Amino acid sequence: MVGNDSSYENWRAAVASETWKNYQLVGSAKGSTEITDAQMEQRVEKSWFTPKVDRKALKALMKRSDRPAMMNYGLWLALIAATGVATVVTWGSGWGIVWLVLYSVIHQSATARQHELAHGTPFRTRWMNEVFFHLSSFITLSEGHYYRWRHSRHHTHTIIVGRDPEIQSVRPPEIVSLLINLFNLKTVVTTIREFIARAGGDLGPGEHFVPEGERQTVIRAAQVYLALVVLILLASVALASPLPLLLTIGPRVVGAPLYAILHFTQHAGLDEDVYDHRLNSRTIYMNPVLRFLYGNMNYHIEHHMFPMVPYYRLPELHEMIKDQCPPPKKGLLDAYRDIAPTLIRQLKDPSYHIRPVLPEDRVAAE
Amino acid sequence: MTQWIDVCAADDIDIEDLIEVEHGEESYAIYRSPDDEFFATAAHCTHEQVSLADGLVLDYIIECPMHNGRFDYRTGEVKGAPACVALKTYPVRREGDRVLLGLAD
Repeated sequence: MVGNDSSYENWRAAVASETWKNYQLVGSAKGSTEITDAQMEQRVEKSWFTPKVDRKALKALMKRSDRPAMMNYGLWLALIAATGVATVVTWGSGWGIVWLVLYSVIHQSATARQHELAHGTPFRTRWMNEVFFHLSSFITLSEGHYYRWRHSRHHTHTIIVGRDPEIQSVRPPEIVSLLINLFNLKTVVTTIREFIARAGGDLGPGEHFVPEGERQTVIRAAQVYLALVVLILLASVALASPLPLLLTIGPRVVGAPLYAILHFTQHAGLDEDVYDHRLNSRTIYMNPVLRFLYGNMNYHIEHHMFPMVPYYRLPELHEMIKDQCPPPKKGLLDAYRDIAPTLIRQLKDPSYHIRPVLPEDRVAAE
Repeated sequence: MTQWIDVCAADDIDIEDLIEVEHGEESYAIYRSPDDEFFATAAHCTHEQVSLADGLVLDYIIECPMHNGRFDYRTGEVKGAPACVALKTYPVRREGDRVLLGLAD
């Protein structure tokens, strides 16, 4: 989602008014804490499609256990440590670059982990969840308190234009911007600008989804993040080495492409403004390595339908409801065979989108 | 004056779980704790009015199924964002196999 650059947003709004929709957020954060009778009625009318599932079986899937997450996160930390040491030891040779890339790819698995931890589902023990959540948030430069509010809105209004602050695939598509952002170059610039503004009390897009009572927490957290980034920069200067920077927040750029490719598949090319996750989200089969790094977010329809199911139970949930969902894509290439031509066509026709095939006996909630 | 309403059988609710019941035009969440006590709150999360019926009960916490807002269902106290406002609670008592909800007249 674009940042709070007003000239850019004005330009975007002007383009949208001529061609398609205005993706700027509307409404205040008030709806996050209060709701009127009229809004309640509207919400009931616009309830999301929910598949038929056995309640007891679903509740069983929602149960949490520390063990799978401890094994998964333990392996992740061990891989970060091992590749980090290898990077430091070989730094100065060509192998240093190779290890840094590998380190960064593993390190930025934090983007998927932060997301799942924000839902509070990987660990049963709350403090473990919170420690890993704020660690993952910092190393992805995505402050946790702010992210939680923003992501809540994404789940309430998934790909509802003007309400969802996490729409990546706007129409007409911004192909050049997407390519530049393969390395998070645009995101990093926007992030720094937003941190500085937020630390000074300007919440930017957050004005639309951070409740009044939570503003100070978000502002203080941005100040802490800025201070930590300055400390990391000072450490690099003091040691006359880029390693402190490259090993902490550098992976946000170096390790970004894999996650940009993965994240974009979640909703790209699919429909907007529909209350059916089968029509605006995508499930893709992936190999175990990618699923480890991506926290099983390839089961994205399932995640949106039942966000309380921990990542390690999503394959079981998929088996439980797959007869009520569109056929999953067979892999990343299969997904991009749909996405790429759709985006190209949307350049000329922003109304065009992919229409997944739904099981005949299941009616979409359009 | 409290009016006691028979809302369900005790066995309608699993241990460490909840159900939603309706009385008049209102909905209520009835909980059965890990130590087999019963509690009641308003049925919808104070964050975005999602029904708590499909939420997760962990010990004495109910987590909203949509955004994981957390409440202590014994007191209604908020225990985790994005919820900010406490849940309304109601008295409950068990009589034999039945669960009774206490509502003000």
